[in-house]
Amino acid sequence: MWSWVAHRVTGVLIFFFLFVHVLDTALVRVSPEAYDDAIDLYKSPLVGFMEYGLVAAVLFHALNGLRVVAVDFWQRGARYQRQMLWVAVGLWALLMAGAAYPVLNHAFRELFGS
Amino acid sequence: MAIDTTRAAGSEFSPDNPAPLIEPPRTRTPHSPRATRTNFELYGWLFMRLSGIVLVILVLGHLLIQLVLDGGVSKISFAFVAGRWASPFWQVWDLAMLWLAMLHGGNGLRTIINDYAQNDDTRFWLKALLYTATVFTVLLGTLVIFTFDPNIR
Ligand code: HEM
Repeated sequence: MWSWVAHRVTGVLIFFFLFVHVLDTALVRVSPEAYDDAIDLYKSPLVGFMEYGLVAAVLFHALNGLRVVAVDFWQRGARYQRQMLWVAVGLWALLMAGAAYPVLNHAFRELFGS
Repeated sequence: MAIDTTRAAGSEFSPDNPAPLIEPPRTRTPHSPRATRTNFELYGWLFMRLSGIVLVILVLGHLLIQLVLDGGVSKISFAFVAGRWASPFWQVWDLAMLWLAMLHGGNGLRTIINDYAQNDDTRFWLKALLYTATVFTVLLGTLVIFTFDPNIR
């Protein structure tokens, strides 16, 4: 139930981000400066933390999505759905911990210097 | 509605004494939903799962390249984009990711609108907005990938 709610919320979130992301990438057809200015926004600390949130949403949606596929197509999927949720959440936590430094170090450098 | 399906004593059913007619269930009435005659929803369901599996590689690979490897977000610039889109491999990667993600997300949002928007007009307009935004985004993104010019200035 809650995994379903989270799957839904993250799906909508990613969709809205993707819409904006295609628009900002389209600036490469305007001029290099227009694109680089927009990307500078991505490099600000605040947006850096939002990116980490985006990574969290995508990772959860992807891992839980694979679990949904397994429940639907694997004969024993339904029986192990709960264990698979814990595997997905565990992998999510692991990957989030691993992503923290590479994704956030730029934001921290901006905030506190190198 | 009491239809007597028991036999009156001593009276077998016969052409002169026919068994009572039982209406077949699921007879179509003016209130029945429109017959769809297609398996659209089945294919939509299958598409969500197949595209999801492919998107795991495309999207997580994309995040890895753009946000994690080689300095993360700090390396991204017009020059970086130009370098990647010089290769047909990354053009095809990004094009497939764009189309699959937009159709997957668009179809997902269609389901969500169907779930929550109960008023016919609201549902119609929300879907009109969704389809417009989806087609616009897919076409714009496709155009950008195909017409990208590293020497724009
Ligand atoms: C990264 C790989 C992804 C996987 C494995 C995945 C998997 C899935 C699956 C299996 C469903 C169907 C759930 C169901 O029918 O109950 C689904 C729904 C959905 N997905 Fe994804 N997806 C992925 C990426 C995305 C992306 C990039 C977006 C946004 C553009 C997105 C947006 C949605 C939405 C809005 C739904 C509908 C949620 C609902 O009906 O509750 N997904 N996803």
